[in-house]
Amino acid sequence: MKPVATRRLPWARTVFWLYAATLMLPLLWMLGMSIRPNEDILGSFSLLPQRVTFDNYRTFFTDSAWYSSYLNSIVYTSINAVLSLVVALPAAYAFSRFRFAGDKHLFFWLLTNRMAPPAVFLLPFFQIYQSVGLFDTHLGVAIAHMLFNVPLAVWILEGFMSGIPREIDETAAVDGYSLPRFFVRIFLPMIRSAIGVTAFFCFMFSWVELLIARTITSVNAKPIAATMTRTVSAAGVDWGLLATAGVLTIIPGAIVIWFVRNYIAKGFALGRV
Amino acid sequence: MTVTRIEEPVADAAAPPETSDRQPDVKPKNNRAWLLVLPVVVSVAFTAVIPLMTVVNFSVQDIFSPSDRIFVGLEWFRSVSRDPEVRSAFLRTLMFSAQVLLVEIPLGVAIAVSMPRRGVWVSAALVVVALPLLIPWNVVGTIWQIFARADIGLGGWTVNNVLGVDFNYTLDSTDAWITVLVMDVWHWTPLVALLAYAGLRSIPDPYFQAAQIDGASGWATFRHIQLPRLRGVLTIAILLRFMDSFMIYTEPFVVTGGGPGNATSFLSILLSKIAVGQFDLGPAGAFSLLYFLIVQIVSYVFFTVLTRSGR
Amino acid sequence: MADVRLEGVGHSYDGGRTWALKPMTWTWRSGRAYALLGPSGCGKTTLLNIISGLLTPTEGRIWLDDREVTAVPTAARNIAQVFQFPVLYEEMSVYDNLAFPLRNRRYPKAEIDQRVRGVSRLLGLDDHLGRRSRRLDPGRQQIVSLGRGLVRSDVAAVLLDEPLTVVDPALKWTLRSKLKEIHRDTGHTLIYVTHDQTEALTFADEVVVLNDGAIVQAGEPAELFLSPAHEFVGHFIGSPGMNVLPAEIAADGVVRVGQSAVGRAVGDLPPGPVRVGVRPEFVTVGGGRATPGLSAEVTGVDRMGAYNLVHARADGHALVAKVDAASSYAPGAVEFFRFATDRAFLFRDAVRCGSLAPLEGGGAA
Repeated sequence: MKPVATRRLPWARTVFWLYAATLMLPLLWMLGMSIRPNEDILGSFSLLPQRVTFDNYRTFFTDSAWYSSYLNSIVYTSINAVLSLVVALPAAYAFSRFRFAGDKHLFFWLLTNRMAPPAVFLLPFFQIYQSVGLFDTHLGVAIAHMLFNVPLAVWILEGFMSGIPREIDETAAVDGYSLPRFFVRIFLPMIRSAIGVTAFFCFMFSWVELLIARTITSVNAKPIAATMTRTVSAAGVDWGLLATAGVLTIIPGAIVIWFVRNYIAKGFALGRV
Repeated sequence: MTVTRIEEPVADAAAPPETSDRQPDVKPKNNRAWLLVLPVVVSVAFTAVIPLMTVVNFSVQDIFSPSDRIFVGLEWFRSVSRDPEVRSAFLRTLMFSAQVLLVEIPLGVAIAVSMPRRGVWVSAALVVVALPLLIPWNVVGTIWQIFARADIGLGGWTVNNVLGVDFNYTLDSTDAWITVLVMDVWHWTPLVALLAYAGLRSIPDPYFQAAQIDGASGWATFRHIQLPRLRGVLTIAILLRFMDSFMIYTEPFVVTGGGPGNATSFLSILLSKIAVGQFDLGPAGAFSLLYFLIVQIVSYVFFTVLTRSGR
Repeated sequence: MADVRLEGVGHSYDGGRTWALKPMTWTWRSGRAYALLGPSGCGKTTLLNIISGLLTPTEGRIWLDDREVTAVPTAARNIAQVFQFPVLYEEMSVYDNLAFPLRNRRYPKAEIDQRVRGVSRLLGLDDHLGRRSRRLDPGRQQIVSLGRGLVRSDVAAVLLDEPLTVVDPALKWTLRSKLKEIHRDTGHTLIYVTHDQTEALTFADEVVVLNDGAIVQAGEPAELFLSPAHEFVGHFIGSPGMNVLPAEIAADGVVRVGQSAVGRAVGDLPPGPVRVGVRPEFVTVGGGRATPGLSAEVTGVDRMGAYNLVHARADGHALVAKVDAASSYAPGAVEFFRFATDRAFLFRDAVRCGSLAPLEGGGAA
């Protein structure tokens, strides 16, 4: 049975795929630029690359400055996702199962952190992270990004957890499970999809964030975003290399979306981004 | 006799609509739950509270050097709020946010309505739509930095040579503004679309079937069935888009650097110029706090208004 | 009020590999109240959606009276459908909900008002007309859904897909009676889908039993109960369902369960395996060894209050008899279970092929 809603709008599909194509245009353009030699790019304008070269990609994967910063980004986003989850899970459980002094205020305060302009934190982060030795470390960026990811994680997880009946907790208690054991063996498997969704959003927001990541790193944990500014030199902008880096930073995102595609709709459905 | 069950495709939407999943609020009171919440409190304290306190500290002092500082009370707040550059940045950012909302909300809903809801294309559609959201923000800026140029970018070249319009975002203020706006629309409309899509998907099929039986036109169906369901998600979408567009930094910075002049110097860009560029800790601190406060207040107002009107 | 005629209508969701609905020819006669009964997955909803036009059948044609509607879209079919859960325009008042189908079809305002008030009176909604439909309880919401179907003047048939699913059990009885009342008053053709046999049997003029995509038997409730034409009908209707004993017809026409001769086959039946079906209501225990019937060992007795269920085992197969609450039988005892003569049937390939008669000159009174 054809989805009823679309029977009324047969042209809606076409409009959508037209939009999708337009959406992809800038991306495809950048892809094209990454495989053209710089002389061609700056020389004359043409729709399709006239000469194809993979030099830029070669540079990217051989120059340690490039690929190591790429890895840096992957490392700290992963650490951040793990940390955010570990910290948020017990808290979300507490919010969903108990009332305690100041719980509503705490929850609200957590949410307000999501609404903080990152620019406000630049300077203090710079100073604080330097003084505690977290400057220019993967762990440092991972912790800094917890600023906006932990509230989000708590928010999403609490929503999912509240959907699980408390009877399950009670039954487990009667059956003799201690809280930690119950949590790990029974509860966590039940909220698998919630954890997936949360990890996705944590990854997403950490991967895309530049301002803070660039402020508290210099060499060792420099994110790929910072390295990309290296392409600007006295000789002009190395468009080809810049485009290549751009293309490569999209790939982890695309992979992650593909893996969690079934959960995307569900996660957004909670309306808790 | 074996009764073979023939799979009638009971779509995920054929079940009764979910009433709230939440249990009635009879949660037991247990203050020991604070132990569970402690890790979160500590992490947020470290990442948010302490830095904020530092900012507050700066905002009330005039700092000549680390060892040479005097308390000046609210003077920085006064001078920052009177600063014409700050004020125009504020208005600029406000206008930007308003335009963003006006374009992205209806567009996002339109996309959500036209996205496939069943079949093999659903996954592909989701990936395509979600893609811009997962691009590092500086790369988004880079993409558009390239794309909007008249010499090497498809967009810029098309506008100049095919449409015959003079377009140069590095020189012309309006062109720069438009570029940043279009970039934001390209970047963030998917968020609205995905939220709206999830909201629409939660509508069980029988509602559409009933509308068909009742002879409702496409528009009537949208107005009476889909739109009411969207109210919840749209509230969140509006709130998020307002907040994030009001705090925008990276994308416009990469494309225009805030220029030409200060045509695209939004509040965040101005703030980071003062804080990190000029290293004026005092004014930067005051600016930060005012900025923070404005975002909180406006978000609170927005949130209250939007949820109140839903009742 | 119209005849709904299905000719060779069948439907496959996967291009012919499996058929949710096997091609069937059937007429729903105008003005009757039908119950479409069957287990989950048997094709009831598919059939309903085909009739209402939400689904185009892979095969076959459909007529409303003498108008062929196979390709006609739902809105033009004069069908009303009520779903498993209340489907309302929640933001609108009850009045507006009822008026919606008429407004879409551009009825004049005066007529709309008249029809809405008429239906509202019929359904007892007068007190609620101004309220937002979202605020009503599910039972009443379903009534409003039903009302939206009745409000049009040109309704040929009303289709109800398990409409009382979300209604409180206490209210179900009242609503069912109300539906019957409405049917009497309006005379619409009603097709009521359910998997609950009690609902079907109490509500309908005629029950159509569907299983595995095909109509297995259709008839008045009593008929389905007393003479099931299909093993499935016997098993699905009645609580507990019909007893089924594997047996064999010998060359001499004697039906044997294991070694015991239980009766004589009536009907032109070649020898071979066969299944004996008889409802527990028509099995008596004790009182002589008159066939058709057989001896069995009692395995247990369930006391149900108004009656007892005697469970027994004959040749390794289970047998249940419904007996008086006062009687008692000891587990382990061997008793003779007698089948009422015109209520024991023979089934081959699940279809009834004959019945069981007493053995000639068999058994003392």
